[in-house]
Amino acid sequence: MGLRSKDLLGLKQLTAEEIMEILDTAKMMKMVLTSGNKKTSHLQGKSVVTLFYENSTRTRLSFELASKYMGSASANISTSGSSVNKGESLLDTARTIDMMATDIIIMRHSQSGAPHYLAPRVKASIVNAGDGMNEHPTQALLDMFTLYEKYGHIDGLKVAICGDLYHSRVVRSNVIGLTKLGATVSVAGPRTMVPVGLDQMGCTVCRSVSEAVQDADAVMGLRVQLERQQKSLFPSVAEYSRFYSISEDVLKLAKPGAYLLHPGPCNHGVELPTCVYDCPQSVINEQVTNGVAVRMAVLYLLMARRNQNEQN
Amino acid sequence: MNRIEIRNAKHYQTGEVVSLYIENGVLKDQLSGEADKVIDATGLTVMPGLVDMHCHLREPGFEYREDIKTGTASAAKGGFTSVCCMPNTKPVCDNAAVVEGILRKAELVGSCNVFPIGAASKGLEGKEIAEMGLMKEAGIVAVSDDGKPIATSNLLKKVLEYASDFDIPVLNHCEDLSIAEGAMNEGAISTSLGLRGIPAIAEEIMISRDVQTAEYLDMPIHICHVSTARGIDIIRQAKKRGVKVTCETCPHYFSLTEEACVNYDTNYKMNPPLRTEKDRMAVIEGLKDGTIDCIVTDHAPHHIDEKDIEFSLANNGIIGFETALAVGYTYLVKPGYLTLPELVEKMTVNPSKILKLGRGTLDQGMPADVTLADLNTSFVYTKEEILSKATNSPYIGETLDGRVKLTIVGGRITYDELC
Repeated sequence: MGLRSKDLLGLKQLTAEEIMEILDTAKMMKMVLTSGNKKTSHLQGKSVVTLFYENSTRTRLSFELASKYMGSASANISTSGSSVNKGESLLDTARTIDMMATDIIIMRHSQSGAPHYLAPRVKASIVNAGDGMNEHPTQALLDMFTLYEKYGHIDGLKVAICGDLYHSRVVRSNVIGLTKLGATVSVAGPRTMVPVGLDQMGCTVCRSVSEAVQDADAVMGLRVQLERQQKSLFPSVAEYSRFYSISEDVLKLAKPGAYLLHPGPCNHGVELPTCVYDCPQSVINEQVTNGVAVRMAVLYLLMARRNQNEQN
Repeated sequence: MNRIEIRNAKHYQTGEVVSLYIENGVLKDQLSGEADKVIDATGLTVMPGLVDMHCHLREPGFEYREDIKTGTASAAKGGFTSVCCMPNTKPVCDNAAVVEGILRKAELVGSCNVFPIGAASKGLEGKEIAEMGLMKEAGIVAVSDDGKPIATSNLLKKVLEYASDFDIPVLNHCEDLSIAEGAMNEGAISTSLGLRGIPAIAEEIMISRDVQTAEYLDMPIHICHVSTARGIDIIRQAKKRGVKVTCETCPHYFSLTEEACVNYDTNYKMNPPLRTEKDRMAVIEGLKDGTIDCIVTDHAPHHIDEKDIEFSLANNGIIGFETALAVGYTYLVKPGYLTLPELVEKMTVNPSKILKLGRGTLDQGMPADVTLADLNTSFVYTKEEILSKATNSPYIGETLDGRVKLTIVGGRITYDELC
């Protein structure tokens, strides 16, 4: 088994078996993570660099902690404080990191396809930590891992995803991953934020948040990416929260005990009210822990593949 | 004295084996003396030298991408004997001095006839009409703000009216910029790739505007690089009503679709973007039924640093001189959509007629612009053989039919693969 590619570019590139292997590995990693001694030696003697062209709290910190828990040398580069600010190109920056014997480059970039562009041009493994509006594979993996832990399976689940579908790389990765594992996905958001042909990725595009949430096993809110709004896609935050937020009443339409997820950071009172964020069904904080476990699993499997290739 | 005889060539229209005689740069029915050069064209097809009414030679100002010398050498390799270069240079070709500069340079180092196209608006800014009368005196054959649309309906009306005083054709790049903010065609594939889309209606809305304006004024307009089914249909219906509208498409719009973008390869990024299979078939239908008059290259050389980057940040456009005839032959003639004479007409006679160039013919007494091509053997287009300064071609590595073997411009051999 193991992963077929040197890189993790997106869930588009993974098979259902590969996704399941990551989720099963994450289970073990979570045991490590929640035990008294978090230190392992899986990445000992290896190096991991995070290269983030966009802001991040969860993704970046969880990757960094994951690699440190597993014993690697790890370092960060962000756009401010590096030569990126002097106008160095993405390729030159990545080659520079590559030439310092880096094994894994974890990158986030505002341009869709940036990791796909770099992957064949460097020796290191590229992990996509979010590229533009395309994919955020480790987020979807941790979302799926959270459901996998709760239900013991993904197959047959109904998942509703609501919010800014247009700008969201989270929705794209989740639709791809969840449907590969046999779940059904319903999505809803303002029509101005539903990209053309989204249904062709395998989900059902609903007319309203209520319709999408109906009988769902899990409901996921998406952050309204206020920083990505180039022009008004909805009239006001007040109107958005009145018609498109996951309110207590909306959540009641889901199956009893359905779980509420959100990738964070959350705009409280916009995509969901604080009382929903903190409700018993919410697994938003658990998702954060699972994010570390899933990223440990990803780093572990990619490094295993690299080691195997070196031996061959 | 310069006498050339071309023997045993297959005529592109009749299929007959013919001889051509060139004396002092002009086609003749016989030579006045012994030929200085005899070309044995056995197995080759002879056609009028190709005419490209839409390309970018990048000089002045962007010589790091291409210049008149390399651009016209690349054109000659593709069988072109006349090319019309768009005005988005630096400085913009919006005055007689720049026009004269381009023409002088072309005369000194060019491998084909260069016919500049002037800017429709000063600085391509879409505000004031450029000095098109003076530019015509200097040698332009059309005006266009290509790369950008003629910005407003008001300006378009003025440009059409003013250009009509000087009998200057107006060519428009049709794109409603307010709705076109993407990197590829808008649809399920752009959504899946997380790329912003340029919807087909961005092109269609402006084609409608242009056609309506031309009809209202009863003046001619030429629509650049059409790529969508509905856009073509708008032109088809307008032609039926008698509107003086003509249009062009490019080889990539009948040979490639948006699917090619799935790996974020920027050699498939151009504007208009590659569309759907339905649009591709509509382009072919438009070529068949005569709605689309011309095939142009939109040859758009870019430096590797402008292409070998993130998809959304990369420049639009591909080079096209060297592959145009082969792509046309491979994708239109071989499958039976067009006959060879129909293909050649769209790459010679029709553009020459629209711009009144007086080229695109093998008639006696005309300038000897002649292309010889081997239509019988396949070849693989390689990066190494490219004569353009740029290599941004999606056809590298592709097997094509219809290779140009020899190009003659006004009796001068500008490309020769025979020796």
